[in-house]
Amino acid sequence: MNTTITIKNLTKKFGDLAAVNNVSLSIEPGTFLTLLGPSGCGKTTLLRCVAGLEEPNSGEIYIGDKLVFSSEKGISEPSGKRDLGMVFQNYALWPHMTVYKNMTFALEIQKLSKEEMDKRVKESLAEMQMTGFEDRYPREMSGGQQQRVALARMLAYRPNVFLMDEPLSNLDARLRMDMRTELKRLHHISGATTIYVTHDQVEAMTMSSKIAVMKNGVIQQMDVPDKVYHFPANLFVADFIGNPKINLLPGRVVEKDVVDISGVRIPVQTFKQTGEVVLGIRPEDISIFTSPENNTSEFRAYSVLPSGAETTIIARKGDLELTVREMGVSKIKMDEKIWLSFKSSDINLYDKESGNLVTS
Amino acid sequence: MSVSAVDQRKSRQKNQANLRKFVRWLGTPQVLLSIIMLAVMTYMVIIPLYRMLVTTFTVQEIDLRSIKDAEVGDFTWYHWIRMLTGKIGKIMTFQPLVHSLTVALGATGLALVIGGLMAWMVVRTDMKGSNTIHFLATLPYIMPSWTIAMAWEVVFKNHTTGGTPGLFEFITGTVTPDWLAYGALPIIVCSALHYYTFFFLFCSAALLSIDSSLEEAGELAGASRWRVMRKITFPLIIPALTSGFIMTFSKVMGTYGGPNVLGVPVKYYTLATMLRSDTGLGNYGDAFVLAIVLILFAMTTVWMNQKLVGTRKSYETIGGRGFQAEKIKLRNWKGFLTTLVMIFQFCIGILPILVLLYSTFMLRSGDYSLSNFTLAYWIGKGDIKINSGEPGIFYNPKIYMGAWNSIKLSVLTALFTSLIGVVLGYAIVKGRGTRLSKLVEQISFIPYVIPGIAFGAVYISMFTKNVLFIPPLYGTFALLVVVSVAKHLPFSARTGVSAMLQVSKELEEAAALAGANAWTRFKRIIFPLTSTGFVSGFLLNFISTMRELSLIILLVTPTTQVLASMTMRYQENGCEQQANAVILVLIALVLIGNFIISRFRGGSLAKGLGAKA
Repeated sequence: MNTTITIKNLTKKFGDLAAVNNVSLSIEPGTFLTLLGPSGCGKTTLLRCVAGLEEPNSGEIYIGDKLVFSSEKGISEPSGKRDLGMVFQNYALWPHMTVYKNMTFALEIQKLSKEEMDKRVKESLAEMQMTGFEDRYPREMSGGQQQRVALARMLAYRPNVFLMDEPLSNLDARLRMDMRTELKRLHHISGATTIYVTHDQVEAMTMSSKIAVMKNGVIQQMDVPDKVYHFPANLFVADFIGNPKINLLPGRVVEKDVVDISGVRIPVQTFKQTGEVVLGIRPEDISIFTSPENNTSEFRAYSVLPSGAETTIIARKGDLELTVREMGVSKIKMDEKIWLSFKSSDINLYDKESGNLVTS
Repeated sequence: MSVSAVDQRKSRQKNQANLRKFVRWLGTPQVLLSIIMLAVMTYMVIIPLYRMLVTTFTVQEIDLRSIKDAEVGDFTWYHWIRMLTGKIGKIMTFQPLVHSLTVALGATGLALVIGGLMAWMVVRTDMKGSNTIHFLATLPYIMPSWTIAMAWEVVFKNHTTGGTPGLFEFITGTVTPDWLAYGALPIIVCSALHYYTFFFLFCSAALLSIDSSLEEAGELAGASRWRVMRKITFPLIIPALTSGFIMTFSKVMGTYGGPNVLGVPVKYYTLATMLRSDTGLGNYGDAFVLAIVLILFAMTTVWMNQKLVGTRKSYETIGGRGFQAEKIKLRNWKGFLTTLVMIFQFCIGILPILVLLYSTFMLRSGDYSLSNFTLAYWIGKGDIKINSGEPGIFYNPKIYMGAWNSIKLSVLTALFTSLIGVVLGYAIVKGRGTRLSKLVEQISFIPYVIPGIAFGAVYISMFTKNVLFIPPLYGTFALLVVVSVAKHLPFSARTGVSAMLQVSKELEEAAALAGANAWTRFKRIIFPLTSTGFVSGFLLNFISTMRELSLIILLVTPTTQVLASMTMRYQENGCEQQANAVILVLIALVLIGNFIISRFRGGSLAKGLGAKA
């Protein structure tokens, strides 16, 4: 299963609105690519264009070596001929068919033998730990079980590419965790090129080999999760990824390696930009002290929010408010004085005008 | 290669791409089906309407006497001028129009009061037997619309028309006053009693769907119960009231049976009865002017409905999951009111049938003594002294033919309507958002605004001539099927759309991804998932076609008579007992159909009617 997916200048409009706006991307074989973004960013539309469920207005899509869509050449292969499997948000199990029938529907169209069908159903159900559910109807199963069957149904016809449209969003938190584990293993074993759509950044971070963050039909950043998290390409990505949210602080470059944020001077790595910038630093990258140290600034603990494994501290100094994250239970009390230090290598600076990353 | 050669190749490539795209578009099932449906609907709706309009502007053979130096087919304003001006205009158009409006407004208003009040009592008070009341409320509606009118005539007729006296006169000994026997009042009352079901069902559904927290919020704000009802409850059910109003109004405007039984004998013509009398004379130009006037009025009401309620419709989706408001306690009044409502319902749902049945046992109508009792109208072998020698119902081949025609017409109509419903539903739902889908939906809606009798009139003009390769259908049984199917188009579309909407689009997409082509997807996924909706749609259509009169009265011929039209014919020929016996047979058939429905869908015609509306 070594299928690349290449998308060139793809645009899909609904009326005047471009849900997908001139998107180009290339997905290496075996990649688990997550399209991540808020609702309405075009991630699902992009996925549906690849699946052949929407016809784009312009651009080209290759799956493997096969040109499946080209507006210029007037080509659009029907979904069934693109060799894809898809899992839908609401599972889309056919309610009038048993699990077995659901799974053999595609196999019958492929005209497989009865023995082969039985074998595939058995294998796929075993893979999803659903052995013995062949004769159930969808309504006779729980949401989590339906989800597993939907995955098994896709596995049964062995597509080269997996498409998943928010498959976990209808599950409760506990099941979602379990399914993440399963999905990641599934991808690990099958090695199928996968496009996964979600608005949940935790899903994206935990499962993907690459993340493409989308906004208004445009890909903002496409990279490995680590890079997306630590070096967000622009303010939108920085703000969207991470919980608690990144601190984004408007400031001014006063020296070539010092940024002034409402009177607090913060050392940064040397860079060429001057003037107005936005400084981004993740809550866990701020060190917290109960007494003054070198290169620290005095703040007040405005609120302390412990949550067991970690504690979130809202620090204030004048108008400046920062979120700081400390592992474990913090000893800091509300309204106490605290001293914060910022490591220059953890700081990203963004151009105020364009919002783009200016450090690297 | 020269520059122009490159350009040429590019433009050729582009044309090719566009052509491929177009062919693919045309090949998508919903587009293909939309185009087929557009063709079918053009044939069934658009062309007939156009032909009708043209007829009013052309000289007909019958006009040659009145218009000098004209030839058949010439353009003329004659019909419009004649029908809309002067004395003839007054008698032929304006007076019937006023009568129609009077009857329609009166009946709708009365039905609203009765239906609304009953709905409120059933839903909002702790009245007993609400299931029984619900069932009884649907009874008058499933009977043919003129049933109550015929029973009314049996009871209240007087000597004015030279006939025999009614039951009322027989019992009280006083002459029934004219205003009670014929004309506006009885027509209004009889129509209202038939159509109040609409209001009852709409209002009870609306009242049930109101989230009680909306009202409780009002009460907590310090409003009195009466104020809450006026300011919160009532506005919330206005959409239901308005749609009930529009539906009833346009139905009564186009209704033929009641006004024919209770109005025509005293020359109280409505547009519908006048339309029939014009077509009876072969005066199509004039008749179509009336039909157009009728259509315009019906369209205006629907348009007004949409203007008035359009944005408010969104109310209907509010709530539904909420809790029910606490019921008002009737205390001592409980038994009394329950009895009252049930007696009322008995009087309009069951008594008319008993009256009609009773009348069929009388040798001479108007003589209610036991010595006049006979079974001749049911099992008579054909006595020349009785009913011009026609045998009783059970031995009368004409009746069997009519019953068979009725069943055949209803089955065929229901079948085609369901079939078209599937296609329309698929085409409209899958194409949602495209202009084509919108066009299909809008055209399928047109018959809704054309009153039944006018729709029948439209078909006269159309099917006396060839349309492309389709032969003239006038006088054939097929025409009755075509007109019934066409009139049911809006219902088809609605059932089809709601059935299709229940199948989430992912189910079909999953099948497409699994490699299934359009036909396989339809056969294996869509059809199995929608078929139950269509079965109940089928049965509802069966019933509504069975008791349809206004639509086909202008189109039946002696060989294509159905039971509904036969009752009218016997009635007009003064053979009341035979007419009443036929309508009882018809009601029996409808009830059997209804029984099958309730078996099928867990006993709720009310639900079906609600869905239809």
